[in-house]
Amino acid sequence: MALLKINKLTKEFGGLKAVSNFNIEIDKGELIGLIGPNGAGKTTAFNLMTGVYEPTSGQMDFDGKSLLGLKPYQVTQRGIARTFQNIRLFSDLSVLDNVKIAYHFHVKYGLMEAVLRVGRYYPEEDSIEQKAMECLKMFKLDDRRDEIARNLPYGEQRRLEIARALAAQPQLLLLDEPAAGMNPQETHELMKMIRWIRDELKLTILLIEHDMSLVMGVCERIYVLDYGSIIAEGTPAEIRNNPCVIEAYLGEEVH
Amino acid sequence: MRIKMKRDLSALVACIALYLLVMVLMETEVIGSYWQLNIVLICINIILAVSLNLITGFTGQFSIGHAGFMAVGAYMSAVFTVKLGMSFGAGILAGAGAAAILGFAIGLPTLRLQGDYLAIATLGLGEIIRITILNIPYVGGASGLMGIPRYTNFTWAFFAMIITVFFIKNFINSSHGRACISIRENEIAAEAMGVDTTKYKVIAFTIGAAFAGVAGGLFSHYFYIAHPASFTFMKSFDILTMVVLGGLGSISGSITAAILLTFISAALASYPEWRMVIYSLMLIILMIYRPQGLFGNKEIGLKIFSRILGGGQHGAAQNK
Repeated sequence: MALLKINKLTKEFGGLKAVSNFNIEIDKGELIGLIGPNGAGKTTAFNLMTGVYEPTSGQMDFDGKSLLGLKPYQVTQRGIARTFQNIRLFSDLSVLDNVKIAYHFHVKYGLMEAVLRVGRYYPEEDSIEQKAMECLKMFKLDDRRDEIARNLPYGEQRRLEIARALAAQPQLLLLDEPAAGMNPQETHELMKMIRWIRDELKLTILLIEHDMSLVMGVCERIYVLDYGSIIAEGTPAEIRNNPCVIEAYLGEEVH
Repeated sequence: MRIKMKRDLSALVACIALYLLVMVLMETEVIGSYWQLNIVLICINIILAVSLNLITGFTGQFSIGHAGFMAVGAYMSAVFTVKLGMSFGAGILAGAGAAAILGFAIGLPTLRLQGDYLAIATLGLGEIIRITILNIPYVGGASGLMGIPRYTNFTWAFFAMIITVFFIKNFINSSHGRACISIRENEIAAEAMGVDTTKYKVIAFTIGAAFAGVAGGLFSHYFYIAHPASFTFMKSFDILTMVVLGGLGSISGSITAAILLTFISAALASYPEWRMVIYSLMLIILMIYRPQGLFGNKEIGLKIFSRILGGGQHGAAQNK
C-alpha cells in the first residue's frame, strides 16, 4: 500500500488555481523527485501536504489516514517532516538546541515535572541530549554543537535543517530545494547524503529541486508539475525524453 | 545532570544567605525603613519583569498589558483577605489563580495576532481590566479598595520572588520552554517541528499572568490599598522597560534591570521633575549602544553566585 496517496488535490487562491488535479502516489522507501518550471506550484503542493494551506478540494492519505484538516504540527507528529526553500532555522539558538526542539513532541514529562525537576525530567532530558548529539554526529555537525545557528556557513545551515527534520523521526521527509545556493561540490555531497539517509534510516523522501543533475542522479521516479498539474511521471530516463516535459521547460517547437 | 542539581542547590544556598544578610541588616537598622520599602518593591518588580520576560522575551509575544494582570491579582487577593477574611497565603493564590484564568481567557483569542497588533490588543485589554475594576463598587470603585492589612514583608516578597525565578528558569530549560523559544525564533519552523504553537503561547501567557497576579497581591498588601491608578498602562510600560533594558530572553538581565531601575527611581525620588528625564535619557543611551539590552539573551548572575559559593568547579559551564 502507498505511504502517501494524493488524489485530485486542488488549491485555489481567489481565481488562480495554484495546484489543480495533483495526483501522486509514493511507496515506502522510495526516493521521488518533484520538478517543474518556476511558479509551477511545487512549494504550494508541499504547503498543502504539510497543512500550511488548506486544500480547496481533493484527498490526501498518509499511512492509510487522511491528512485533511490537520495543522502543520499535527502533520509533523503523524510522521512527515520538511525543510524549507529559504532556510528556517532557529537562528539565535545553538546548533544543539535547534535539534533538541525536534524531539519536543516525543517528550512525556509534564509542566510541573519540568519546573520541579522531578520524575521523568532528568532521564528524558538526558536521552534527548544523547539522541540530539547522535543526530548531529551523523551530519558531522557534532563539533559545532554550541555554535549559534546563524553563524554557520550556508552549506552547514542546510545540513542542520535536514538534521533537525530527521530528529523529528519522520517516515516521510519532504525536502524543498535542498541544493539551492550550493556549489557543484556541495550538491554532489548532498546527493550522496540524501541517498545515504534513505538507505540507512529506511526513509521515504520526496524532494523538490531545480538542479537537474541532482534530481536525475538521485531520484528513482520523478513527477513533473506544470501550471499546477502533474504533466508527466516516470524514471529519470523517461522524463528526459518526454516531449511534454521538454515543452514545459523549453517551450513548443516551431514548425 | 547532577551538575544541574548541584548548581540549583548552590544557587538556593546563595539566595538564603542573601536573605539572611538582608534580614540582619534590616533588624540592626543598617537598612532604614525607606530602603526597606524599596527592597520589597525590588522583589515585586523582579517578579513582574521576569514573568513578562517569559511572554515577551522568551516566547516573543509582545504584551503591554501586564499591569492589568497585576491589578487582578491585587484586587482578588485583597477581596480574599479583607472581605472574606481568608489568610494571606490563600489570598495570594487566589490572586494568581484569577490572573491566570484571565490570562488564559484573553490569550486564547488574542495570541493569534502578531507583533504590533498583539501589542495594541494587550494594551487595550490592560485598560479594559482597569476600567472594569474602576466601575465595580464592591471593590471601592475609583477610590480604591482601602483598609488592606500590611501582610507583605521582606520575607514574603523575597521568597515569592525566588519561587518565580526558579519556576520560570526551570520552565525555560525544559522541552516546554524550548518550545516557547522556538516560537520566538521562527513560528513556521516551530510548527513544522511539531510544536503546537498556539498551546505554548497560551501556556506562557497564563504562567506570566499568574505571576503578575502574585506581584499584585504582594503590592496591595504592602501599601494598604489597591487603587486603579496604580495599574495604568504606564505601569505596564515600566515593566516592559525593565525587560527590554535587561535583555529580552535573559532572566538575570530582568533581575538586574528591575534592581537598577527601582534604585534609580528611589534615588531620584527627591527630584521628581528630573526623574523621568534621566530615566528616559538612560534608556535612549542604552538603546543606542546596547539595543539587545544589558545582557542580550545571555544568563549571568546565578553563575557568579554558584562560583562564589562552592560551585566553582562548574562555574565555566553556563548556569541552567
